[in-house]
Amino acid sequence: MLGLIAKRLLLAIPNLIGVVIITFLLTRALPGDPAAYFAGPAANKEAIEQIRVKLGLDRPLPEQFVRYVKELAGGDLGNSLTTGQPVVTEIRNRLPASAELTLFGLVISISIAVPLGILAAVKQGSWIDHACRVVATAGVSLPVFFTGLLLVYVFYFLLGWSPAPLGRLDVFFSAPPQVTGFYLIDSLIARDFGLFRAALSQLILPGVTLGVFSLAPIARMTRASMLAVLGSDFVRTARASGLDTRTVILTYAFRNAMLPVITTLGMVFSFLLGANVLVEKVFAWPGIGSYAVEALIASDFAPVQGFVLTMAILYVALNLIIDVLYGLIDPRVRLEG
Amino acid sequence: MSESNSVLRHARYVVSENPVTGFAFAMFLLIAFAALFGPYIVPHDPLASDTAATLQPPSIKHWFGTDQLGRDIFSRVVVATRLDFAIAISSVILVFAMGGLAGIASGFFGGWTDRIVGRISDTIMAFPLFVLAMGIVAALGNTVTNIVLATAVINFPLYVRVARAEANVRREAGFVQAARLSGNGEFRVLLMHILPNIMPIMMVQVSLTMGYAILNAAGLSFIGLGVRPPTPEWGIMVAEGSGNIISGEWWIALFPGLALMLAVFCFNLLGDGLRDLVDPQRRT
Amino acid sequence: MAKRTPKRTGAAVARDVPISMPLLEVRDLTVEFATRRGTVRAVEHVNVTVGKGETLGIVGESGSGKSVTSFAVMRILDRAGRIAQGSVLFSGVDLTTTSDADMRDLRGREMSMIFQNPRAALNPIRKIGRQIEDVLLQHAQVGNQDVGEHAIQMLEQVRIARPRERYHAYPLELSGGMCQRVVIALALACRPQLLIADEPTTGLDVTTQKAVMDLVVELTRERGMSSILITHDLGLAAAYCNRVVVMEKGRVVETAKAETIFTKPAHAYTRKLMRATPRPGVSLRDLLPEGDSSRAPASKAPGTRRATGALLTVEKLVKEYPRKREVSLFTRLFGPKPPIEEEIFRAVDGVSFSINRGESVGLVGESGCGKSTTSMMLMRLIDKSSGLIMFDGEDIGEIPARDFARIPLRKRIQMVFQDPTDSLNPRYTAARAIADPILRLDDASGRDVRARCEELARRVGLPKELLDRFPHQLSGGQKARVGIARAIALKPDLVVLDEPTAALDVSVQAVVLNLLQDLKDSLGMSYLFVSHDLNVVRLLCDRVIVMRAGQIVEEGPTKQVLSDPQSDYTRELLAAIPHPPV
Repeated sequence: MLGLIAKRLLLAIPNLIGVVIITFLLTRALPGDPAAYFAGPAANKEAIEQIRVKLGLDRPLPEQFVRYVKELAGGDLGNSLTTGQPVVTEIRNRLPASAELTLFGLVISISIAVPLGILAAVKQGSWIDHACRVVATAGVSLPVFFTGLLLVYVFYFLLGWSPAPLGRLDVFFSAPPQVTGFYLIDSLIARDFGLFRAALSQLILPGVTLGVFSLAPIARMTRASMLAVLGSDFVRTARASGLDTRTVILTYAFRNAMLPVITTLGMVFSFLLGANVLVEKVFAWPGIGSYAVEALIASDFAPVQGFVLTMAILYVALNLIIDVLYGLIDPRVRLEG
Repeated sequence: MSESNSVLRHARYVVSENPVTGFAFAMFLLIAFAALFGPYIVPHDPLASDTAATLQPPSIKHWFGTDQLGRDIFSRVVVATRLDFAIAISSVILVFAMGGLAGIASGFFGGWTDRIVGRISDTIMAFPLFVLAMGIVAALGNTVTNIVLATAVINFPLYVRVARAEANVRREAGFVQAARLSGNGEFRVLLMHILPNIMPIMMVQVSLTMGYAILNAAGLSFIGLGVRPPTPEWGIMVAEGSGNIISGEWWIALFPGLALMLAVFCFNLLGDGLRDLVDPQRRT
Repeated sequence: MAKRTPKRTGAAVARDVPISMPLLEVRDLTVEFATRRGTVRAVEHVNVTVGKGETLGIVGESGSGKSVTSFAVMRILDRAGRIAQGSVLFSGVDLTTTSDADMRDLRGREMSMIFQNPRAALNPIRKIGRQIEDVLLQHAQVGNQDVGEHAIQMLEQVRIARPRERYHAYPLELSGGMCQRVVIALALACRPQLLIADEPTTGLDVTTQKAVMDLVVELTRERGMSSILITHDLGLAAAYCNRVVVMEKGRVVETAKAETIFTKPAHAYTRKLMRATPRPGVSLRDLLPEGDSSRAPASKAPGTRRATGALLTVEKLVKEYPRKREVSLFTRLFGPKPPIEEEIFRAVDGVSFSINRGESVGLVGESGCGKSTTSMMLMRLIDKSSGLIMFDGEDIGEIPARDFARIPLRKRIQMVFQDPTDSLNPRYTAARAIADPILRLDDASGRDVRARCEELARRVGLPKELLDRFPHQLSGGQKARVGIARAIALKPDLVVLDEPTAALDVSVQAVVLNLLQDLKDSLGMSYLFVSHDLNVVRLLCDRVIVMRAGQIVEEGPTKQVLSDPQSDYTRELLAAIPHPPV
């Protein structure tokens, strides 16, 4: 098994290299004078020149690239113009907020989408099947920011069930002592149930928004995959051997059907990490997505680049985990090597 | 029996078999109409602000109400169709040409073509796609052209993957070998034998990607990239209306959002219908 | 066969079958399927009985309903299918009215089934030992502690070597034949009374086929089990079964003992099937239905030659493929270098033979022997690794495959493919497909091309109206004719036929084989007939070449090689062919 992980790790390295190269090119592809961008709109000619030398923008491109990689290795992503803080610190502080939101949304969507897909496939032609198909087709058509706004309007403005979409916690509450950075977990560790409820109530609407967004592709893939497996020869053999329905569906069909679904998760994460940015804007969520959006508005480029790089590295790591998970379940991957 | 006659007959048959496809096609025509003629037939000037009539709910005079600057939302929504449609179509054509060709060549010829295209594709896919689009537009400049470019780039791996898989499966098929025996050189085989068989699937991809391209452009505009006010575009209109949701002025964000949703839904449904039309397996 | 018996209208039932309490009694069974075009009756008023300890064969071509009947017995019909009429009595219990829960009990424990394509029939991500255990545990045959041992015992009984090791194997690690043995183990694990085998050997090599059939027969006889063998091969059924039921278009047309079904078939359809089955001692014309015997006999009985001189010569032909080995980077950098032989796989290992003008040469062997690779190289569709290929005095081996398509020589060597569906472009009409070589390699245009297509269609017996149809609108036999018309369009000198009738029903095969022989004679072509079916080769080929593991093990005139084989392998191949009792 260690061999499997090592092999997948090796395959991830070219991706990492590609990510670093692309982000480097993006930083140098700015139209006009990059130094002027980094100096900010308020800088005069001298300041721009100073920045140019400071950032090494006057050196040849390959040299700049080496310097870029060195800085990355040292954890230096530049400084934000608006706050003056190192980008890497701010990202590190804000990452748990985004992570908690995304994971919460994913848990919601998987716990609905997978059973829905399975039931739709097992009871083909029933109302569940039709519901699943409608959800799948309509779900991919909904813009995620629109869903968010709709939910805010209905549940906050009309029904008053949800608190105002103003971030992770209401003004009356303060954050729990930091253990993981996830408010839900940290408040439970600190045994502060009031805080837990407050954090949860803020998390529900944005979490459901993300959940609804990722529901459609997962449900669709689960249903399609389950249908294909249920019609396969080996399930026919299982039935002909008299294995009971539960064994056939869970042990034989489900495990095989999950393989393409796991592969789809990679794509779902790609969409989720992007949708995260939009949802954070709608709900004023203090994560790295809103950090980047605020920086964009202020023409502050270092945070944007830091954001893109962080997200990409995160995504490569996620894909690695998914690949390893797939390899653990499917022995064919291990054997064909 | 001329070819075009039978295509038309088959189209009628498909639409009658599947009313949903017919509905989607009708929607598509409506959208195309709005895109082409919208600016000429709207009741109000989409850019004209009227400070006396701000934040009005839908009424007889303003079917979709007015926004913070007193602009008629209905006119803006209709006129925005053209921009969103244009962005989606240009990026899809771009990526279909580049990604489709790269994918087919990569799947059919293999070797170095496959390796290089694969490397490019993998590098793009290493990023969460929307994030990459953000990065590209932020880096290259805040313009609509760059939205088109960014959308094309992030869809490139998908087209490559679909085209490559289809070309690969058919590479050693019996009829391809037979084509070689009949005197078709490699390029002829690719163009005359493999491409016509891949087209139906690519057509479905095109329609689905149209929907995704519109969502992508709207998303980028929502966070302030690409389209700048006062240009009417669905995404930026939702952004402009988002602040007013908490104060209950729902119409500013709802109507552009609905238009967005309907357009994407229509393209998704159309994708399935298109596949039925172009695939001769379904001809009777 | 000399006397013509009058056609009977009903099913003919043999009268001398021993009457004991039947284990399975299918009475007046009718199965319907709901399709887009309304209800279709796949099986109508079928009566079948299986006695205790008896082996029954159900024979029919595609669309005969033989598989549907067995699926109905096991109650594993598709969602769209239902038993509309009739009863299925198993030891007196009517299965059509049994509850689902009771059926699940019966399946696997009292009656079980094995299918075609054994590898796909096993769960790819579950160890085979565990799969056997699942069945044992389901039917409470064995306690949890002993179930592992029982599973290993089953593997032993189906003759899988090193069962203890193989217990932990996954299906992809096993060969096709071994997978079928595992499937048999699954089916027999709980000692059922009835085993239904649905085309269990289709797709397997003839020697593997014999091994699997012998195993099934031995195990069922040992346990006093009854079994049903469903197949399209009348010869196979007659060789391995006690009684045979013949089905056509959803109805039973004849039921008789195995000996009589071949020697004294009563129903016209059975006779047609029996005649169409390639077997020793008949000629090509004998394969055709009785009415067609009035055609002129094949102008050349196999074994005589017309023109002389070698048309194609192959010398020491070799094809190597690099073996894909995923070795970790670490080992690749620092480990010992693997020996060269392990890195390279020789699909064709120094093959030499020739084909004379007007001659028909058979190239036989089992899967993986290299016959297809050899024929691909001759066709110049793939490049050789080394060796010589001479065609009519020219060295065609040196011309790269990708350039060969556009030179005039291309016209002279053509091919008929195995799978008629796969070999036709789904988006081209039949006419366009046939016209392709004419358009590309002959300077012809417009009306001229159409006229030539019609002439070719006439020659291969394809009705003119079908020329404008797409492949999915044609039957298997019609598609095969289109493929043949395309191959002979430019009057080639050499035609390579790669198992051209393997995918066709046996009655269609009879017609197509005759067509191929007639075309060869009238156009003066030479054939290289690649096949695994020795009986077909016997009928069509002047000489035969036997290949194994990339090398030629024997060659010579067909009559001689097949009646007096010199090599052990050829003898093994001949012995594996099912011998119907004649």
